[in-house]
Amino acid sequence: MLATDPGLDTLPKILIRNAVVLGDRPAMRHKDLGIWQMWTWAQMLEEVRALSIGLAELGLKRGDKFTIVGSNRPRLYWAMCAGQALGAVPVPVYADAVADEMAFVLAHAEVTLAVVEDQEQIDKIIALADRLPHLAQVVYDEPRGLKDYDHSRLIAFEDVQSIGRKKLVSDPECLRHWEAGLTAGKGSDLSVILYTSGTTGRSKGVMLTFQNTIVSARNANAFDRLDQNEEVIAYLPLAWVGDYIFSYVQAYVAGYCVNCPETAETVVQDRREIGTTYAFAPPRVYENVLTLTTVRMADASALKRRVFDFFIAFAGRWGEKILDGEKVPLTVRLFYGIGNLLVYEPLMNQFGLSRIRVAYTAGEAIGPEIFRFWRGIGLNLKQLYGQTEASVYVTAQPDGDIHADAVGNASPDVEIKISDSGEVMFRSPGVFAGYYKDPEKTAEVLTPDGWVHTGDAGFFDPKSGQLRIIDRAKDVGRLKDGTVFAPKYVENKLKFYPNIREAVALGASRDFVCAMINIDLTAVGSWAERHNVVYASYQELAANPRIYDMIARHVDEVNRSLAEEEVMAGAQIRRFLILHKELDPDDGELTRTQKLRRGHIIDRYAPLVEAFYNGATEAQITTEVTFEAGHKGVIAARVAIRDMKPYPARVPKMERAA
Amino acid sequence: MRAPSSREAALGEVLLAVENVSLSFGGVSALTGVSFDIRKGEISAIIGPNGAGKTSMLNVVNGFYQPQSGRITFKGQVRTSMRPHAAAEGGIARTFQNLALFRGMTTLDNILAGRALKMRRGFFWQLIRHGPALKEEVEHRRRVEEIIDFLEIAAIRKIPVGRLPYGLQKRVELGRALAMEPDLLLLDEPMAGMNLEEKEDMSRFIIDVNQQYGTTIALIEHDMGVVMDLSDRVVVLDYGRKIADATPDEVKRDKNVIRAYLGEPHGTSV
Repeated sequence: MLATDPGLDTLPKILIRNAVVLGDRPAMRHKDLGIWQMWTWAQMLEEVRALSIGLAELGLKRGDKFTIVGSNRPRLYWAMCAGQALGAVPVPVYADAVADEMAFVLAHAEVTLAVVEDQEQIDKIIALADRLPHLAQVVYDEPRGLKDYDHSRLIAFEDVQSIGRKKLVSDPECLRHWEAGLTAGKGSDLSVILYTSGTTGRSKGVMLTFQNTIVSARNANAFDRLDQNEEVIAYLPLAWVGDYIFSYVQAYVAGYCVNCPETAETVVQDRREIGTTYAFAPPRVYENVLTLTTVRMADASALKRRVFDFFIAFAGRWGEKILDGEKVPLTVRLFYGIGNLLVYEPLMNQFGLSRIRVAYTAGEAIGPEIFRFWRGIGLNLKQLYGQTEASVYVTAQPDGDIHADAVGNASPDVEIKISDSGEVMFRSPGVFAGYYKDPEKTAEVLTPDGWVHTGDAGFFDPKSGQLRIIDRAKDVGRLKDGTVFAPKYVENKLKFYPNIREAVALGASRDFVCAMINIDLTAVGSWAERHNVVYASYQELAANPRIYDMIARHVDEVNRSLAEEEVMAGAQIRRFLILHKELDPDDGELTRTQKLRRGHIIDRYAPLVEAFYNGATEAQITTEVTFEAGHKGVIAARVAIRDMKPYPARVPKMERAA
Repeated sequence: MRAPSSREAALGEVLLAVENVSLSFGGVSALTGVSFDIRKGEISAIIGPNGAGKTSMLNVVNGFYQPQSGRITFKGQVRTSMRPHAAAEGGIARTFQNLALFRGMTTLDNILAGRALKMRRGFFWQLIRHGPALKEEVEHRRRVEEIIDFLEIAAIRKIPVGRLPYGLQKRVELGRALAMEPDLLLLDEPMAGMNLEEKEDMSRFIIDVNQQYGTTIALIEHDMGVVMDLSDRVVVLDYGRKIADATPDEVKRDKNVIRAYLGEPHGTSV
């Protein structure tokens, strides 16, 4: 294992070390003009150094904050390290953030310099110029469309690098000076500020030191035996802690190669070409792939469909046992082998997963059915539980000890306890240094002796010994009659159906549970096409009575499965509706990482919530929508509400006083 | 969006001059004495009600139809008759109202086909696919990849175009025309059948082509919003005659144009 030397306490130091030890090995690739361009560690050091010295010439210095906005491109990752080498702190921002969100973060962090991908981001920044008094320079990667822009504060990425390269040639002291500045960096220095798209209120800037992230990465690499031979693809938002740790810190520490896709739309093809070995994705990605497969199979010939259905069912029964190395009958192995040949391996190959050794799902609870599907066909999918405040890792599942309903044991060096109120708390070397310029919020979350409140309700499962997360602690409520109601638990059951993209379950302090549903346009659209249902928009499709019938069948099945669980039987869905618009982060309904912002949704759709509980069979609603550029529009609709029949609980109800 | 005064200065000399062109099929007259100029670097639009002769006009410009009388000067050279392939070799590329792609071929191959005229090595060299021919092919592929990147169609590079949605097929067709590196690009209803978002995308690509490559563009389009936003100059045809030739703002106010669109029994809605 590389980079265990305690002297290697910052990322720029690790880069220099990698350039020596791993000089000719690939550090990064980027598919550009249809061809994979590659940089070795030695070449990457040269690129980062030229940029870093160029940025210093532009005035970036120790303690400054600078932002990175764009998609996963090598140059943007280099910019992070180039700034860190000077002692400046990167503050990556979600590339799809609307102007207002971006303004808040950039102003709050007092960002002085921005490194952005293209014209789109520059347009946003220009529009915000008068709210960002500190921002003096913008460096861009992609010159397209910028010819006629005022270049007094704009400069191209390669121009900054050539300033750096010229300086290196003209000033013999320059290199020594730069390296001295780099060496002065310490592990306890602030290395990055990541603004979390919290499910409530304004985002908070999580400050992480080099030590936080490097120790966390080192432990994670050791846990899954990751080394310089891994290949990963970087496709998650740069501003998300998962991408920062996984595509940057872990890659530096282990010395593995990070591949940047050609565009966001080509990720699957690009992953297939590279054959990645390690993957990290929110549940949504696994869900989407499964939805896509289901939709495509519905269009396949009858024979193919039957073969597929048979072997997928077979994998569901035996696949996990085989993956975990349990003893199974020889005939089962034989059949699984045939299934592998006909279905599993081709499917995995299609999505570029054939060479995966370890795949993680994190960020949100994954539906157990989705989880078992992937494991059944042979993907070593594991769960981890993490937070920005922990430099990701709180718990992770070791190979061979996987439970669909749990998130694993404490990661190396992490202590976990459950508070009296049932909240999960942890303490680890990865614990953040506080929220930037917000001591009050920091005090709410971080105790003086180093424990962090996660805000999640959970418990250790006595059977597996692993941590189980039920829901956000503040979201777990009770119905009026005292029945425990964990909304996310119900929502996840609904979301397993490919036709349902998003669901919001309501019921806290109410008489019964109701659900608002977003249909999945890909899946339902394909169904509509096959059944001659004509529609022109999401709104029209969502209001179709035949779609309501279809969703009603799904809700009914969910109710039946809830009825079988003693704690949840009382939380069956009595009424549901299909929302007239898709929930969207631009409207503040989801976070940038696609989590529901429950409180905001309930406020926005108050007329629908009211109709749920006053017995109305339909409701009128007018909603304001925000477009990415910042202007607003209004959509109005009449939304129908369906009643559902609950199933009798199969098992005696739990004591109310529990 | 496009400042007229600075644009005016940027436009160069006349690239294509159409003088007094008349075209008829049997007894039906399609174009009668039409004259206009297209200047280098300009985006000009040809508009008019259905059957006004717009597509005929484009067909005359790229040599598909031979006018009975009149004169066309392109890059300073006068011609009275010309075959389409000669027009293509001379630097005129076009897209079609009803798409003319090789449906079974991939996006990449379709655009590469646009490079056919630029291939220097003969058929047998290409067959051997070695040495100079290989080097040439690599160079063509690089150009095609730049276009793919420019039009943001990397995700469909290897997909047969017959399987693509209509809006993307239109984009591929534009890509193939661009692959010819034309001096003059003729677009026959580039936005037909598109939704608003696709139209916005296409408008952006047209402006970018004009700005980045300096390509002169003449387009036929029915969507007046698009025409007024994109064009430096608008030529209006009605019953085969030119009734206006001016900036978008002037055309909007022109009495003859308003009458042609609204006042005549055959007029289409705008």
